[in-house]
Amino acid sequence: MMRDESFIAGIKEDMSTNGEKTNGANGQTPVKLTRKDFQTDQEVRWCPGCGDYSILAQVQKVMPELGVPKENIVFISGIGCSSRFPYYMNTYGFHTIHGRAPAFATGVKLANPDLQVWVITGDGDALSIGGNHFIHALRRNIDLKIILFNNRIYGLTKGQYSPTSELGKKNKSAPMGTIDYPINPLSMAFAAEATFVGRSMDIDPKHLSMMVERLAAHKGSGFLEVYQNCNIFNDGAFKSFNEREVRDEKMIYLEHGKPLLFGKERDKGIYINKVKPEIVTVGENGITIDDILVHDENTLEPNLSYILGRMQYPEYPVPMGVFRAVQKPTYEQMLHGQVSKAISTSGAGDISKLINAGETWEIN
Amino acid sequence: MSVTTKEDQTKQQLPVEELDTVTIRFAGDSGDGMQITGTQFTSTSAIIGNDISTLPDFPAEIRAPAGSLPGVSGYQLNFSSRDIHTPGDEPNVLVAMNPAALKVNLKDLEAGGILVLNTDEFTESNLKKAGYATNPLDDDSLSGYRVFKLPITSNTLKALEGSSLPFKQQERCKNFYALGLMYWLYDRPLEPTVKWVEGKFSAKPEVAEANLMALHAGYNYADTTEVFTNYYKVGKAKIRPGKYRNITGNEATAIGFITAANLTGRPLFYGSYPITPASDILHELSKHKNFGVKTFQAEDEIAAIGAAIGAAFAGDIGLTGTSGPGIALKSEAIGLAVMTELPLVIIDVQRGGPSTGLPTKTEQADLLQVMFGRNSECPAGVVAPATPADCFRMAIEAVRLATKYMTPVFFLSDGYLGNGSEPWAIPSMEDLPEMKVSFRTEVEGFFPYLRDEQTLARPWAIPGTPGLEHRIGGIEKQHITGNVSYDPDNHDLMVRLRAEKVERMKQDIPDLEVFGKPEGRVLLLGWGSTYGSITTAAEQLQNRGVSVSSAHLRYLNPFPKNTEAVLRSFDHVIIPELNLGQLAMLIRAKYLIDAASFTMVKGKPFKVSELIRKVEEYL
Repeated sequence: MMRDESFIAGIKEDMSTNGEKTNGANGQTPVKLTRKDFQTDQEVRWCPGCGDYSILAQVQKVMPELGVPKENIVFISGIGCSSRFPYYMNTYGFHTIHGRAPAFATGVKLANPDLQVWVITGDGDALSIGGNHFIHALRRNIDLKIILFNNRIYGLTKGQYSPTSELGKKNKSAPMGTIDYPINPLSMAFAAEATFVGRSMDIDPKHLSMMVERLAAHKGSGFLEVYQNCNIFNDGAFKSFNEREVRDEKMIYLEHGKPLLFGKERDKGIYINKVKPEIVTVGENGITIDDILVHDENTLEPNLSYILGRMQYPEYPVPMGVFRAVQKPTYEQMLHGQVSKAISTSGAGDISKLINAGETWEIN
Repeated sequence: MSVTTKEDQTKQQLPVEELDTVTIRFAGDSGDGMQITGTQFTSTSAIIGNDISTLPDFPAEIRAPAGSLPGVSGYQLNFSSRDIHTPGDEPNVLVAMNPAALKVNLKDLEAGGILVLNTDEFTESNLKKAGYATNPLDDDSLSGYRVFKLPITSNTLKALEGSSLPFKQQERCKNFYALGLMYWLYDRPLEPTVKWVEGKFSAKPEVAEANLMALHAGYNYADTTEVFTNYYKVGKAKIRPGKYRNITGNEATAIGFITAANLTGRPLFYGSYPITPASDILHELSKHKNFGVKTFQAEDEIAAIGAAIGAAFAGDIGLTGTSGPGIALKSEAIGLAVMTELPLVIIDVQRGGPSTGLPTKTEQADLLQVMFGRNSECPAGVVAPATPADCFRMAIEAVRLATKYMTPVFFLSDGYLGNGSEPWAIPSMEDLPEMKVSFRTEVEGFFPYLRDEQTLARPWAIPGTPGLEHRIGGIEKQHITGNVSYDPDNHDLMVRLRAEKVERMKQDIPDLEVFGKPEGRVLLLGWGSTYGSITTAAEQLQNRGVSVSSAHLRYLNPFPKNTEAVLRSFDHVIIPELNLGQLAMLIRAKYLIDAASFTMVKGKPFKVSELIRKVEEYL
């Protein structure tokens, strides 16, 4: 057979671009999209008052700013309340099966690296049934943007404890209190060496939209944990530290290159004593601003990020922001790089050669 | 290195016997290189024009303790001057490299068969490991065979005197010595193996040289010592003219899917997790990235199929491959592919089960699993190759049906097909079907679940296409719009549409062919790797004038349109299967035909003689 030039040209074209095409790259005039362009005609079916509404609103708000045409955006989810998300985004979407969204998303991204691929998941979906896929998607550094809605409860199945529920929490499947030690999603992400790790919350829309933008801009496996309130089964799960009145004292916002300060007066800070963080007050006991840990997102070793990710209420202020943002070659770049290399060293595939390879003989 | 002419002179003085078919089994420790010996004998026989069929048989353990019974690895091949379909019922020749290999394989050797034994390995400790109380070389337990006791290991070492290789490596050349002996006995040329060794060990010339010295030493030993008092010739087979190569089922599967993807005009995406006996497909595909093939070794079976479905959603030819236990893990995701109506091919290289079962042995017991092993009404197409080479054609068929009907299709192979080999008549490019796929790009009138009237396929609209943004998922879809719908009547309709879609593949698959007369007393109906034994049994019975025909289903869901008519043309339908009667259950349920089930589940293919005895009960 003749070589199929158009097929081969298609592969070569795939090679030449990596990363999402910007608006207008499909040969059209760039059109400025608005938040409305990302809304669907489907009725949103989350419970009134659910934190998911806020996340949806922020994502829809951020999308037009990214400059990616909406046909090049794909939202992929697993199962759970949060996983209904794709139905409400007027992009391509795939509502898959419980815990496996990262696997489906991997296939989408590898088939077409020009797509911007988002994964929407929850604490049960990502950390319990889907724990394996979560870890492996992150360690491969495939360019997926994973947002985990952490409400520390199973909502869609009506109130059982989740892998992030606190020890001793009483709920429908643990009336005497859970005896499962919770897992810290950030610790998992650091262990898998995700190249982007961040945290935000539903009730701080400004911060949330900033984090979504940062996640979108990152190339590689990105993970954003969002504290999200389930007002039906776990109402107020985060309120002891994230309500507006207490936030300044009980949370700490991470800023790259800046000392880790918090408190109304911004006089408290994090001092690392050997490998343990300590809360100190600038100006007391000889502590100066120079003693305060300066946040560095770009350190390749995740050790320090891990220490910050472990800081929990009530012992410590709860960190919000980008813990880690480093650059490494992505999985899809390396895979497509191997395909290009194979083509340049062995020549573009020729079916006739393939089937006639090896030792052959003629029967007359 | 060349073969001296002296050999031919000696050989000319010896009597030669013409045979039409010979079955040899090479057996030794799993580290003895028996698979290489077997495949080399196979390639050489194919190149000189014999028809061949092979059955590798190796243990699940990579290296069980040396000399032990579980560590025995074997390779059986049948070569013939006729058109053959099986690796042979009983070997005519057994080459046993140690006592354990003798112990495991002797029961299969035909009465009076040739037995070549490596006497060096019949030591007290090896005899004990094989469970021999007395040395079979010294008692009369082998008196029913033509025994050749040869010091294969020490002769190999003698031939390699002065080699720079370490002792252990010299010893490992003994399989080539044994191969040389057999080449002499069956009058095969050494050149194809010489060429192979030189290519294989081009980076290690001292290893190549040692192996070739052993090969020639074995050949020359037979030639000069007259240990064999005669030799044999097996002539060229009369097979259809054309260009051939030897191919295993797993190789044919891999290049079949590469070819299929190429015919569609889309890149192939293979998501897989290593599992015996399917891993060779992953190995083969990963070598062909220059065809745009993307191989993804996933973290588990579920991720492997998940990624393949994701790739199909985005416009690649999505393929995943595994064996029975992997299918069990993939079931929920297969349901999602059925629900979202995406083209996907799932390879199941069946092995003995349930659970871990017999990982390296063959079985056909996943048919009902692929038909029904999912929650709810979850139909999928099923195709099953009949021979190793047929894997190429059926791979193309699986992709053609999956993309045309937008639904998952199973490719049901098995360990015997995957590892077995036969000559493959290389097709010409013009023989391959036209199956280019096209994606929906037209925005006007687009609905994700609006169906093609003829195939009921929904449009394949891939991400990246402006104006066709839509959402799919596992929740029931509203007819046409694809929106989430819990409406009872809509669900009933969609369940029926998904079933009807698979049923309509019937219009696109060839009729069931009958080998032999189209009507008569007995029809042997088979599927999958039993093709060889069934066809050979039918041929042998037909030669005796018995009213027996055979038919082989390569499409199992749906069945070809004429299936019922074929079955009703015979007084008796016998369905031999390597399971407990799974196809028989489907046939009986679907057609109310009183088909008889004949089953065996031993991890091995049927013997022709077993099938003939069964048919005789119905005559």
